[in-house]
Amino acid sequence: MINELLFMNGYAVYVLSAFGFTLLSFLSLYLVTKVQFIKEQNKFVAKFGSLNTEQANSAKSQRINKEILANVTNN
Amino acid sequence: MFKLLEPNKIFQITSKAPKYVLFLFIIVLSVGLVEALILSPEDYKQSDAVRIMYVHVPAAWISLGIFSSITSLSISGFIFKNKNFFLISKSLAPSGFVFNIIALVTGSIWGKPTWGTWWAWDARITSMLILALFYALYLISWRIYENEEKVFKISTFITILGIINVPIIKYSVDWWNTLHQPASINILSKSSIHSSMLYPLLIMTAAFALFSLLIFLMKYNTELIKIKNKGLDRL
Repeated sequence: MINELLFMNGYAVYVLSAFGFTLLSFLSLYLVTKVQFIKEQNKFVAKFGSLNTEQANSAKSQRINKEILANVTNN
Repeated sequence: MFKLLEPNKIFQITSKAPKYVLFLFIIVLSVGLVEALILSPEDYKQSDAVRIMYVHVPAAWISLGIFSSITSLSISGFIFKNKNFFLISKSLAPSGFVFNIIALVTGSIWGKPTWGTWWAWDARITSMLILALFYALYLISWRIYENEEKVFKISTFITILGIINVPIIKYSVDWWNTLHQPASINILSKSSIHSSMLYPLLIMTAAFALFSLLIFLMKYNTELIKIKNKGLDRL
């Protein structure tokens, strides 16, 4: 069966390169998007850390800010 | 109704969803790959080269679907004056563009054993290439313009021009003599594809749709955090 999969009646080079290109594109897009996400998240944490108590309390009053910080600790 | 679409409310869901979508995507893709590469039969004419269909067709379908969604969301953003529609459109575009490139490259790989050439300036292939250019223009417009109002207008204009190309892609195989075969799957009439090939195709389409959902969620969360970063600067 492995021979059949690797040979595919002579079309394996076409079929496997098409599937390989697709999976490689998926992996690249996933990694690029993940890196961008982590970068923004780290930027947010750094900015939040530089706020004074009053500013931090004001920022924390927004639910989404709390969620972002909670996600960072979960990750 | 649009209150439900408020980023603050959506983030509660979108921030948790990616890990579940990724898990589901890996399962569906694994089943799809086994079906497409091992279990599905070879074609009586194209032999095993037909297996390229399982990545080429879903990629083309999803890239067309995403471009249509981007256009309707951009237009809705203008009509309802809702910025979130633009944010959703912007987050959908990268996966749509990548699917478009996958459709072009795998189509080219499929073309060599079936037509004897990697590329032909055929109506279907050329119109898909034009769609990729519209995707690229759309993504570039978001990078070039800083002014929100300007980028909303320009990106919407690009999608409106680009959407004219979508029915051309769909009907190009009927309107012109092309190397590309006509559609084998029809929603309104009987499909000419056998169920042994249709099911793997549908499973792979589901896997690709899950992947685009995953990238959309990650990109959308990134955009929301970007906005919140700007908000912290203003404190």
